[in-house]
Amino acid sequence: MNMNVTLPGSSSLSFKNPILTASGTFGYGVEFAPYGDLSSLGGIVVKGLSLEPRAGNPMPRIAETPCGMLNAVGLQNSGVESFITEKLPKLPTAELPVIANIYACDPAEFGELTAVLTAEEGIAAIEVNISCPNVQEGGILFGQDPKQAARVTEAVKKAAGDKPVIIKLSPNVTDITAIAKAVEGAGADIISCINTLSGMGVDIRSRKPLLANVIGGLSGPAIKPVALRCTHQVCKAVSIPVIGMGGIASAEDVLEFILVGAHAVQVGTANFLRPDFSFRLVKELEILMEEMKITDLEEFRGSLRL
Amino acid sequence: MHQEQCTTLTVLDNVPFGTVSGESLFFALRIERPEWKNWEPGQFVMLRPEGWALDMMWARPFSICRVSKRDLVLFFQVVGRGTKRLAELKSGDKVVVWGPLGTPFTVEQGTPTLLLAGGIGIAPLVAYAQKHPQPWNLHMEFGHRVPLNCYPFESINERITAASHFERGPEDLAHFLDLVETSVKEYAESNGLVLACGPTPFLKAVQGFAAKYNARCQLSLENRMACGVGACLGCVTKTTDKMTAKGVAAGRAQACEHGPVFWADQIILDEE
Repeated sequence: MNMNVTLPGSSSLSFKNPILTASGTFGYGVEFAPYGDLSSLGGIVVKGLSLEPRAGNPMPRIAETPCGMLNAVGLQNSGVESFITEKLPKLPTAELPVIANIYACDPAEFGELTAVLTAEEGIAAIEVNISCPNVQEGGILFGQDPKQAARVTEAVKKAAGDKPVIIKLSPNVTDITAIAKAVEGAGADIISCINTLSGMGVDIRSRKPLLANVIGGLSGPAIKPVALRCTHQVCKAVSIPVIGMGGIASAEDVLEFILVGAHAVQVGTANFLRPDFSFRLVKELEILMEEMKITDLEEFRGSLRL
Repeated sequence: MHQEQCTTLTVLDNVPFGTVSGESLFFALRIERPEWKNWEPGQFVMLRPEGWALDMMWARPFSICRVSKRDLVLFFQVVGRGTKRLAELKSGDKVVVWGPLGTPFTVEQGTPTLLLAGGIGIAPLVAYAQKHPQPWNLHMEFGHRVPLNCYPFESINERITAASHFERGPEDLAHFLDLVETSVKEYAESNGLVLACGPTPFLKAVQGFAAKYNARCQLSLENRMACGVGACLGCVTKTTDKMTAKGVAAGRAQACEHGPVFWADQIILDEE
């Protein structure tokens, strides 16, 4: 059986299986090392990194919702330098592709952050969070405007050398394919989708919002149909590889995203079901593929009968 | 260094303690003992029944209340939809448990140590009294708002001296806090140790007394959390410039990893 995934195109990225962990749900990987062999995963995408440390949003910043959760953590992180000196050396980067997720507020800062990470041999690729406001352009979200998304992509590509650049798309747009085509045109090597759906929750007794930030991002199985639709549309719209995500919580879910054309997937909120979830999922996918007599994922990929 | 495990364990029984207006809201959940090499009072576990479908995705955090050769006991109060479902657990049910997690209470064998418990906050202090090598140095003040038989108070009274204070109204609370203030002052003067666990307003009061009398004091927080291992960043608390724990940055520390037990002068408690 072949679970290997090689991403075509300019990117020299390959995974031993299609299961990666999504940014913000798997820490810096080291937190989960007691619960499984990190190098058995296809790859990990670390918690979003910014140039300077960020304190994030006030509490409460997470809330459980039916089949999912809301979060407005606000990208709390200890900054890229601390990641490189304290976390990265603890990861088995020779056997495990470690993807750095980055966040900034203007294209120049995105470039600067990319340059810092490009110098690190242990970083396999850079995933760009474009669901953030452009401070120079009055706070419009990079990910909601094709031109802004393309500008960020260009800035990151320019600084990334030969490191593959993944642009992570937001579903909170009218037409996700317009953004996908814009970032492909600007040189993105890979697209990952989707980031969280904008949402909110309230408590009728205290009359307060569930999150101090009022609005947050919805994730988990509740958003899977939306994620699958977006992945399907993006796969049809672009010719670069796509990494699908949104609510994946079983081996069947993994195959659903691959069926609509994704090369690989990321597991997010399901990592909170139990800390060994992703490690177990790799084994469950192997069993399911055997049962379904899928010997090569590439044959199965994109074979949706329409 | 890491000894955490994630395992599926069998529920032995789930015993209601007392009633509140005829309803069982407090339970001692007894499950088979995990194969832990070690654990320390103040640490906690994450627990999620195997039978839960995806509608509730998070496990729930519980302080370790007691560990024997045969079992692990968690003590919980029904406060929301998760704990309501946990109250339905029966002997033979399977639960996924990971732990022991977090930073425990400090143990100083020969030091007079004051345990301050508010309501369900008694749970980790039961473990503390059980495991302390010199229990004659411990004393507990316990404030509660529902009948005493809802809590595992008797078991603690067998091992250490403990006084309970039933709060029927604001005057009782004021009286209890006066008593707590006096006690914190006494322990500060004899360089004792003060450990507290309970609702946030109670912890804030204790934190204030500790600052006033310069008492060495630790607080155990019960923040909302999703993962228990430091990843989701949902359980963070604000830190002061006295925070010394490695890996704490940007003035925020995860209660699951750097807590749930913190030195009182190292954190800032917000009212939620």
